[in-house]
Amino acid sequence: MLKKTLAAFALGGALLSAGQAMAADYVIDKEGQHAFVNFKISHLGYSWLYGTFKDFDGSFSFDAANPEASKVSVTLNTASVDSNHAERDKHLRSDDFLNVDKHPTATFESTAVKSTGEGTADITGNLTLNGVTKPVVIAAEFIGEGSDPWGGYRAGFAGSTTLKLKDFGITKDLGPASETVELILSVEGIRK
Amino acid sequence: MQLRNSSSRYGLVSVLLHWLVALAVFGLFGLGFWMVGLDYYSNWYRRAPDLHKSIGLLLFAMMLLRLLWRVISPAPAALASHDRLTRLASKLGHGLLYVGLFAVMISGYLISTADGRPISVFGLFEVPATLTGIPDQADLAGLVHEYLAWGLVIFAGIHGLAALKHHFIDRDSTLIRMLGR
Repeated sequence: MLKKTLAAFALGGALLSAGQAMAADYVIDKEGQHAFVNFKISHLGYSWLYGTFKDFDGSFSFDAANPEASKVSVTLNTASVDSNHAERDKHLRSDDFLNVDKHPTATFESTAVKSTGEGTADITGNLTLNGVTKPVVIAAEFIGEGSDPWGGYRAGFAGSTTLKLKDFGITKDLGPASETVELILSVEGIRK
Repeated sequence: MQLRNSSSRYGLVSVLLHWLVALAVFGLFGLGFWMVGLDYYSNWYRRAPDLHKSIGLLLFAMMLLRLLWRVISPAPAALASHDRLTRLASKLGHGLLYVGLFAVMISGYLISTADGRPISVFGLFEVPATLTGIPDQADLAGLVHEYLAWGLVIFAGIHGLAALKHHFIDRDSTLIRMLGR
C-alpha cells in the first residue's frame, strides 16, 4: 500500500516536472488586440514616421524555464498597413512598396531562440515580405506573464528588428536616411 | 460671337467651356500619368498632385456650370444632314462623356478625401471630405479613377476622331460649329 502510494507520488512528480519543462502554447491576443506590429522609418532624416499593420495573427510557445525552446509564428495581412494617411497607405500597398496584390501576406517563422540575458533573447527566423524570404533576428524582451483577471493566463513580449528595404525587393528610393525600416512588435499571448 | 447658343450655332460660353474641358481632361490625364511615376526627391513630387487635384476640382465646378448652361441655353439643333442613327449615337456619346467625366472626378476626389482630409485648391480654399470610411476606399477609388480615366481619354479621342470624320469625310459643319461658327 505504502509502496503503491510512493510510486504514485513519484509518477505524479515526474509528470509534473515533465509538464513544467514543456513549453506552453499561446495564441496572440487578436480578439482583444493586445498585440501590435508597428514600423518606424525616417522621413528625409528629419523625423520618424510610424505605421502599423492592423490585421495579423499568430502563436508562440514559451517556457520561462527554457526560453531557448520557444517558437513563434506570425502571419500578417500586408494590405492592412495604416500610417494614418489614406493616400500614403494606398501608395504603400502599391508595387512601389508592399505590392499587396501580388504578396498579400507576410510571415515570420522562428528557427532559433538564443537567450541574451535576463529576460532577453535573439529570435532568429525567416521573414517573408514582398515575396522575399530572408533570415532576420528579432531582439526580444520578455515583459511578463501571469493570470489575467478573467480566468486566462497570459505572457507578453516586445521585440524589434531592422530591415533593409532593398533586401526585400522594395526599391522605391526614399532617400539615404530611409533605406531601413524598424519593425517594432508588441505581442501578448493567451495560453491555449 | 454671341454668348448664348442659338438654334443653329454655339455661343461663346459653350465653345469656351467645351475647349477648356477638353484641355483640362487631356492635361489632367497627362499630368496624372506622369506624376505617379515621379521620384520622391523630384521637385514635382508634391506639386504635381496638388496641381492635379486643384485643376480637377475646378474642372468639376466647370462641368456643373456646363450642365447649368445647357439648361439656360440649350445646344443648337442637330444638323439636318444627320440621320437618326447619327443623332442617337451623338446623344449617347455625349451622355457617356459627361457621365465618365463626373465618375473620374468623383473617384479622384474619393481617393484624397478617404480619411477625411480636405483637398486644398491652389492653397486658396479647401473642399471638405464628404464620403469617407468605405472599406479600402482610397484603393478602390484609385482603381476606378485609373481605369475610367483611361476609358475617358480613349472615348474623348474617339469623339475627336468622329468630329474629324464629320469634317473631312461627311464635309458637314459639326466641327466648325464647335468653334462658334
